[in-house]
Amino acid sequence: MFVGMLPILVGVVLLTGLILELVPADRAAGWFGRNDMLDALIGATFGGIAAGHPLTSYVLGGELLANGISLIAVTALLVSWVTVGIVQFPAEALILGRRFALYRNLLCFGFSILIAMLTVSTLRLLG
Amino acid sequence: MIEEKLRKMTGGGNIFLLIVMCLYALAFMVNAELALNALAFSTNLFHQLLPVLLLVFVLIFVSNLLVKPDWIRANMGRDSGLRGWSLAIVGGILSVGPIYAWYALLRDLRTKGMRTALIAVFLYNRGIKLPLLPLMIHYFGLAYTLVLAIYMTLFSLLNGILVEKIVERRTG
Repeated sequence: MFVGMLPILVGVVLLTGLILELVPADRAAGWFGRNDMLDALIGATFGGIAAGHPLTSYVLGGELLANGISLIAVTALLVSWVTVGIVQFPAEALILGRRFALYRNLLCFGFSILIAMLTVSTLRLLG
Repeated sequence: MIEEKLRKMTGGGNIFLLIVMCLYALAFMVNAELALNALAFSTNLFHQLLPVLLLVFVLIFVSNLLVKPDWIRANMGRDSGLRGWSLAIVGGILSVGPIYAWYALLRDLRTKGMRTALIAVFLYNRGIKLPLLPLMIHYFGLAYTLVLAIYMTLFSLLNGILVEKIVERRTG
């Protein structure tokens, strides 16, 4: 079983390298800054496509916050970065099933925005 | 049945790899430097991935040897209850390396009786990175990190329940 999965794993690793070269994380900063909800949607979308180390998302998130981008947008990006996997989707679909991968990722995408709103609201309540 | 699924998956994997290689060929024709940089990055990533793949390979080997389907069904199956949810949450948080390295083990456990909801919970909780928490606290503060981690854990359960309901509604 494990050997059968090797082409999938090698494919995902190669695709990750290509996506990271095509869409460098530092280019993302220019996409934000319209309004909170749209920023959250952009954050979650970018986080879902991004395939780098989560550490990169913290650095990027910190930069975005410093540039005045809302905490909701940054949180959506951070959560989506680690829960949604567009690049890994082919591997997940092939190994765990297409329906599983599709609905899991779609739900994770929606939840990243919901969690962002809840986290920021909770922090406001806590003062 | 399992052999047929495995053959289908391997065939799909080969096609997927072929498509990615075609993308590289295309990238090389358009921008050779970008393609070479991507290849160098991927090679480096693969080196980092090897220990995790080895770990997963060992875990699959050990689970095949020691963990029997009865144990999986009792502890991670449909009637595993709180123990199953807890195992999936803790396992997801503690697992290391990229997410796709764990698909093989999860598939193996599913064939032995692990419920779909717990696979989704495991994958979601991989988003909580214990070794990176100090860094997250440094960037965003302790309260933010704790609140976010709590919400992510709670939503992982909701994610698991919904994914299972949707997936099993069609597959029966």
